[in-house]
Amino acid sequence: MPIEVNGKTMETDEEGYLADLNQWEPAVADVMAKLDDCQLTDSHWEVINFLREYYEEYQIAPAVRVLTKAIGKKLGPDKGNSKYLYELFPYGPGKQACKYAGLPKPTGCV
Amino acid sequence: MSDIKKFMYINRRAPYGTVYAWESLEVVLIGAAFDQLVSLAFIDDGIYQIMKGQDTSQLGIKNFSPTYGALGDYGITNIYVEKESLEERGLTLDDLIPLKYEDENDNYAEKDSIKVVTASELAKILEEQEVLLDF
Amino acid sequence: MSTLHTVNKSPFEKNSLETCVRLAAKGSTVLMYEDGVYGAMKGTAVADTVKTALKTMQVCVMGPDLKARGIDAAKLLDGIKVVDYSDFVKLSVENDKVQAWL
Repeated sequence: MPIEVNGKTMETDEEGYLADLNQWEPAVADVMAKLDDCQLTDSHWEVINFLREYYEEYQIAPAVRVLTKAIGKKLGPDKGNSKYLYELFPYGPGKQACKYAGLPKPTGCV
Repeated sequence: MSDIKKFMYINRRAPYGTVYAWESLEVVLIGAAFDQLVSLAFIDDGIYQIMKGQDTSQLGIKNFSPTYGALGDYGITNIYVEKESLEERGLTLDDLIPLKYEDENDNYAEKDSIKVVTASELAKILEEQEVLLDF
Repeated sequence: MSTLHTVNKSPFEKNSLETCVRLAAKGSTVLMYEDGVYGAMKGTAVADTVKTALKTMQVCVMGPDLKARGIDAAKLLDGIKVVDYSDFVKLSVENDKVQAWL
């Protein structure tokens, strides 16, 4: 289903992931979050930006376990745990945050 | 736990010409998410998968060589490269991407994941594995 | 009759390069592309085969395939010509036929 972002139409797949990750801009995350009835805060953005940087460097969306550990190292143990991340992204930090970040679904995620 | 097994993925094909290299990497990343003891071996043309400086922009296909750099994050710290395969191809360790991991038991010190081993050393390592997967 | 011979398999996985060089006539052009480009590197176990070809044939290698695989010009055997896709088309047209060794 295509989404409308700043007057541009962007294709997504059947699960809502952006078809062309080069089209991503911050407003994409806001639009997708609104569809999920979710309001993005700075805490959400920390994770989204982290995922984008990770993808930029390694060309993959990390598995949740890897994400949790890496967030802990970068942002501290109070954020590097599944409870914190699931509170931010109740549909699953891997799936939901990667979607907002314009990335493909994490490898190995079902 | 006895559920944890020693897995060894053997990579023997060059990247891009066939899909084996990428498929193997995907399986490795999926497998590593299940808390198994995973090692990798690059032998024969598999060595070409981890050559430095890959740039596929003119081919219009994804350059997945940066993804090998994430293996350390996935807990894969033993990556074996067969010396004989390197020599047959006129390559040295310097031609390969310097893959690293952070050792949690040593104050997160950065260490090299790649170990260049001879065929007979690798044979012993393969003997110690419980599951071998060849790509 | 001039022939363009193409090789797109790694010389370590298949013997296509070896057979090509053995059977290609003098004055032919050999083009290595896709995984075939590994045959163009210095210091490999197949370098002598390519050196033999270089004595009597023109040997070319596909630049974009080299770049994708991280092989820079300094790693190539002397005398090998780096070409691009439009050169491939030209070579196909200039020669009377194309022999693809798969």
